[in-house]
Amino acid sequence: MSTQHSRSAARIMISPSVLLLLAWMIIPLSLTLYFSFLRYNLLMPGANPFVGFENYSYFLTDPAFFSALTNTLLLVGGVLIITIVGGVLLALLLDQPMFGQGIVRILVIAPFFVMPTVSALVWKNMFMNPVNGLFAFAAKAVGLQPFDFLAHAPLASIILIVSWQWLPFATLILLTAMQSLDSERLEAAEMDGAGPFARFFYMVVPHLSRAITVVILIQTIFLLSVFAEILVTTNGGPGTSSTNLTYLVYAQSLLNFDVGGGSAGGVVAIILANIVAIFLMRMIGKNLDA
Amino acid sequence: MGRITLEKVAKRFGEVEVIPPLDLTIEDGEFVVFVGPSGCGKSTLLRLIAGLEDVSGGQIRIDGQDATALSPAKRGLAMVFQSYALYPHMSVRKNIAFPLKMAGMPEDEQKRRIDNAAKILNLTDYIDRRPGQLSGGQRQRVAIGRAIVREPAAFLFDEPLSNLDAALRVGMRLEITELHSRLKTTMIYVTHDQVEAMTMADKIVVLRAGHIEQVGSPLELYHKPRNAFVAGFIGSPKMNLISGAEASKHGCKTIGIRPEHIGVSATDGLWKGRVGVSEHLGSDTFFYVHDTGLVDDITVRVSGEVALKAGDTVYLTPEADKLHRFDDAGLRLA
Repeated sequence: MSTQHSRSAARIMISPSVLLLLAWMIIPLSLTLYFSFLRYNLLMPGANPFVGFENYSYFLTDPAFFSALTNTLLLVGGVLIITIVGGVLLALLLDQPMFGQGIVRILVIAPFFVMPTVSALVWKNMFMNPVNGLFAFAAKAVGLQPFDFLAHAPLASIILIVSWQWLPFATLILLTAMQSLDSERLEAAEMDGAGPFARFFYMVVPHLSRAITVVILIQTIFLLSVFAEILVTTNGGPGTSSTNLTYLVYAQSLLNFDVGGGSAGGVVAIILANIVAIFLMRMIGKNLDA
Repeated sequence: MGRITLEKVAKRFGEVEVIPPLDLTIEDGEFVVFVGPSGCGKSTLLRLIAGLEDVSGGQIRIDGQDATALSPAKRGLAMVFQSYALYPHMSVRKNIAFPLKMAGMPEDEQKRRIDNAAKILNLTDYIDRRPGQLSGGQRQRVAIGRAIVREPAAFLFDEPLSNLDAALRVGMRLEITELHSRLKTTMIYVTHDQVEAMTMADKIVVLRAGHIEQVGSPLELYHKPRNAFVAGFIGSPKMNLISGAEASKHGCKTIGIRPEHIGVSATDGLWKGRVGVSEHLGSDTFFYVHDTGLVDDITVRVSGEVALKAGDTVYLTPEADKLHRFDDAGLRLA
């Protein structure tokens, strides 16, 4: 791809797919932007007048918005912390030679292949249900009052479910990173007098920093839009205590039939996601260099 | 102080005995080189001394104290690895400081030692760079720097020069030898390169399949190899080992004659042959002589330039007093 001719040929060749992808992205985006400036409620047919920033001011002053915003950040942050700490520890364990290593690794990866709706339902009905759930059974077995997870700690329960789904992903990426750590480097550190903990914090963790960055970035993209787990477990409730931004936009446009307000919420979510992305790249993006 | 004694040290990996029980004493301040073909157990032996592998039997003593069960850090030894094993996320200064930091040494003492090491090894100009920004030779020096700041009882080198190009290798070889004469600390050096062994060592340990074939000074090994293996391994180009009828004349199984101890003549001599490939190094010329009537081709080394072409007939005469004789078991006959 060095001559002038081959470069221009390459541009012509890729232009159809670029244009298709551009249209694919630009049409929904501009329609959302357009709707967000209209009074557009499916329960009130008729004219859809242009109302300026009215939808935005309603959405941003809605008390549900702030709880949705904090819930979103708590969800993303909580899942990231659990999956990365847990992923590093699991990767450390799986990196040890042991009997049945192949099967254990497949078992660890398995949750990632269960679709979100199914795994949330399994957790809701088989584990967290206060009457029939395994946790309730265990609590009763030791004489404790069963705890109704989804009613009393809805957000924490959802964080737990989502973490369970994403832990395999983090483990897998961190395990491959750990396997690429030069054993001579660990031996050198051992000769230099570093104990197991010092070796972990001075050698393993810095070596994993790039993999951790990748895990954080990829997971953040998906965790900002967690939806199915909330829909099948708590429906955002009780109240708005487990509503995140995605779910709030859904509730606005498809439960309240307010397309204009939902579109405004969607645009706000896009802006917030970009703010998060900028902060993330500022904080940890340098790990991806070199 | 750094006197290391191995008593009946053995290593098995499952059923495979990599190192049968062996005894070896390394005196304080000695430069000892373990040399042997690849897979002979020399690196394993070094790792046993370092404590990175557990011994399967026997005892390792450092300065008279039993170190067999001690962890690597407690043995007071420093090691330089083949891959250098630098810490890529730390600057040169932090790399060198790491063992001191782990030992909990006060900051000002750390700084004094690091500056001193950097001066000895000419690292001062790039002390704040990362290992990734350094050349091979500089990385090698950082690895050595990390070893010397600890002021260990002994240094262990595991093929440290094998990743360097030929010119740099000669330079670093000299630097390590000079470092040894300055520090006067025990050094154990593993290599498969017999030139490194010959040039650096006070004492060479030749290993084959975990066995010690011979221990001695470089010249001792050159002049009086204990068996045919050592004779063939030490010296470059390799010693000519001839068996068969020619050896029987001398009353032994195999005779050995070094390429530099063979006289060359175009007119008369003991063995007649035809010149094959010749390698001209300027200072020396190596000939590979075919069709000598002996079992193998003969390598001859002649000083300077000699006007012999491929296909020429040549007469070879070994110097009688430089002939080595080996018996059926390969052992040297007096």
